[in-house]
Amino acid sequence: MTSRKAEILVGFFVALAIAATLLLALKVANQGMAGSGETYKLNARFDNIGGLKARSSVKVGGVVVGRVERIYLDGADLIPVVELQISSEYKNTFPDTSSLSILTSGLLGEQFIGLQPGFIFPEDLVSIEEDKVCESADLRQCPYLTEGEEIFDTKSALVLEDLIGQFLFNQGSE
Amino acid sequence: MTQLANYFASIGRTTIEKVVAIGQASLMLFGALFAFPKVKNIGLTIHQIYVVGVQSLLIIMVSGLFIGMVMALQGYTILVNYGAEGSLGPMVALSLLRELGPVVTALLFAGRAGSALTAEIGLMKATEQLSSLEMMAVDPLRRVIAPRFWAGVISMPMLAIIFSAIGILGGHLVGVDWLGVDSGSYWSIMQSTVEWDKDVVNGIIKSIVFALVVVWIALYKGYSCVPTSEGISQATTQTVVYSSLLILGLDFILTALMFGIS
Amino acid sequence: MTKVVEITNMHFTRGERTIYENISLSVAKGGITAIMGPSGIGKTTLLKIIGGQLVPNSGDVIFQGENVHKVSRSRLYEMRRKMSMLFQSGALFTNMSVFDNVAFPLREHTKLDESIISTIVKLKLEAVGLRGALGLMPSELSGGMARRAALARAIALDPDLIMYDEPFAGQDPISMGVLVELIKTLNKALDLTSIVVTHDVSEVLEIADYAYIMANKTIIGAGTPEEIKNSDSPLVRQFLNGDADGPVPFHYNAESLQDDLLAVN
Repeated sequence: MTSRKAEILVGFFVALAIAATLLLALKVANQGMAGSGETYKLNARFDNIGGLKARSSVKVGGVVVGRVERIYLDGADLIPVVELQISSEYKNTFPDTSSLSILTSGLLGEQFIGLQPGFIFPEDLVSIEEDKVCESADLRQCPYLTEGEEIFDTKSALVLEDLIGQFLFNQGSE
Repeated sequence: MTQLANYFASIGRTTIEKVVAIGQASLMLFGALFAFPKVKNIGLTIHQIYVVGVQSLLIIMVSGLFIGMVMALQGYTILVNYGAEGSLGPMVALSLLRELGPVVTALLFAGRAGSALTAEIGLMKATEQLSSLEMMAVDPLRRVIAPRFWAGVISMPMLAIIFSAIGILGGHLVGVDWLGVDSGSYWSIMQSTVEWDKDVVNGIIKSIVFALVVVWIALYKGYSCVPTSEGISQATTQTVVYSSLLILGLDFILTALMFGIS
Repeated sequence: MTKVVEITNMHFTRGERTIYENISLSVAKGGITAIMGPSGIGKTTLLKIIGGQLVPNSGDVIFQGENVHKVSRSRLYEMRRKMSMLFQSGALFTNMSVFDNVAFPLREHTKLDESIISTIVKLKLEAVGLRGALGLMPSELSGGMARRAALARAIALDPDLIMYDEPFAGQDPISMGVLVELIKTLNKALDLTSIVVTHDVSEVLEIADYAYIMANKTIIGAGTPEEIKNSDSPLVRQFLNGDADGPVPFHYNAESLQDDLLAVN
């Protein structure tokens, strides 16, 4: 009872749906971060997170390396803590001395976290490579940022009101 | 006093009726679900995909195109005030993928295919075709309900994907070709904002849920309708009203679950 | 003579309303049994109970030695292959041609070759005189032709029992004559057992071997056509003569007209 015409048109329909899915997959959605899946976690404390939200991106020189997983207030000292998921592609890449700052893309764009990689002395690097510290020993010994570690060097978001207040205060003192 | 008793009695009666109806609908769904693996019926399912899917394709594509174009036009006039017309791409894409694609497709599907399914099944019941199938030792759940059910559940997510894709192209048509947004930024900002698993896949999941609801209501309303012309017209109306309301209500719940709590 | 269908002490209610009270009847193999009664007493319901589509509140319905309502669902479906029902409207599938309609039960229940199916379908259609109409859609058929096409479909699987639901309702005299003749000849030629439910007394009494008359939720008369015609029961007489008022009242249950009108004022 299924006529040939119906079969052909259903085939056409399915092909169209597949084409649409491909369009969405390749042209519309980014699969880079989400697709790879494997990530590791970092924590950072900021005095003020401004307009940062969960799922905001973490960028190094404009390249997205991870996302903000969750933002919460530390129960003890009431300081905002930001939990980051960094792609495992960048494992053992960023030194402990890296710093984070909350930046804004464009004048009205959304806020993101800029990661400024720190440095490691070349002689340390050699000994690290030789001892394979990061693979074997206690994670605390590793000079790179690893799972669950906290970044201490953070710069808070700029708050427009504070900035203007500061500007007026400086003007007044001159 | 008796008035109060009557009032409670009517609440009770309505509740019992609704519970019985939900039970019957569940039994029907159960029958339809377990009737799927029959090889013989695959041809029937394909035929029904043609009826509910392919024949809805035109209205879905035209609606998708226009909605994408309107979104681009409206979005542009707002975004251009902030010099943020580059964000037109993600705006169009996200609203289509997360909301408009699944929801509008489901509403159109309920109006176009759902009502037709109810009327068809209702008429089959009124003209004793369902009874006669049963007397011919052919289970109508297997022969009539199951293929339509699966065809609907398979077709709707595909229609929603096509709707979103066409809408995004329609947004490109207006935003880029007509209003002069940069084509590169339209696609690239869209690409950096839209995520496959969070946005696209969630939209598809929504669409599957809506499909289950619409087809289930449509088939049950047809199957249980009073077999008169008035009963069929009432059942058809109920299909469209109930499924539209349920789609919008479920959409809120699903959105809250998927995007609300992060 | 063996019984194909045997109903004993059957009660059936729909909602608050009692349809049948303590009904017992039997259908002899190879014969035509007529069940007559005024409209609206649920004669179609009786056929649906025999077919297992409706379940009685109490009592037994035995088809070929098995209780229709106590067997498993799959066994019931097997039993239904041996019975067949001609619905009042014909109930042809409107989206298929006459040929596909008649071929439908064969395609569903047998694994026969298309060429064999084609032969069987043509033979069945020839039997009802509609071989020339095999390409038509049901919407193109007249009422009588649709019923004959449905009859061809009903006998496609060579059942043991055919139940006719009001086969003569709404037919012109010629179609009616054709159907009467068909029921009679098919019954003989295919060695069938037939149950004819109808209110067209004269037509059915011509062909029936045994008849039951139903009214007031129960059976009021039974016997061969001769016995029925000579019955002196007032109910049977009223039914046969078509009197407007009698034991079956003209008025639907109501309080007296006088009380009703006075109450309004």
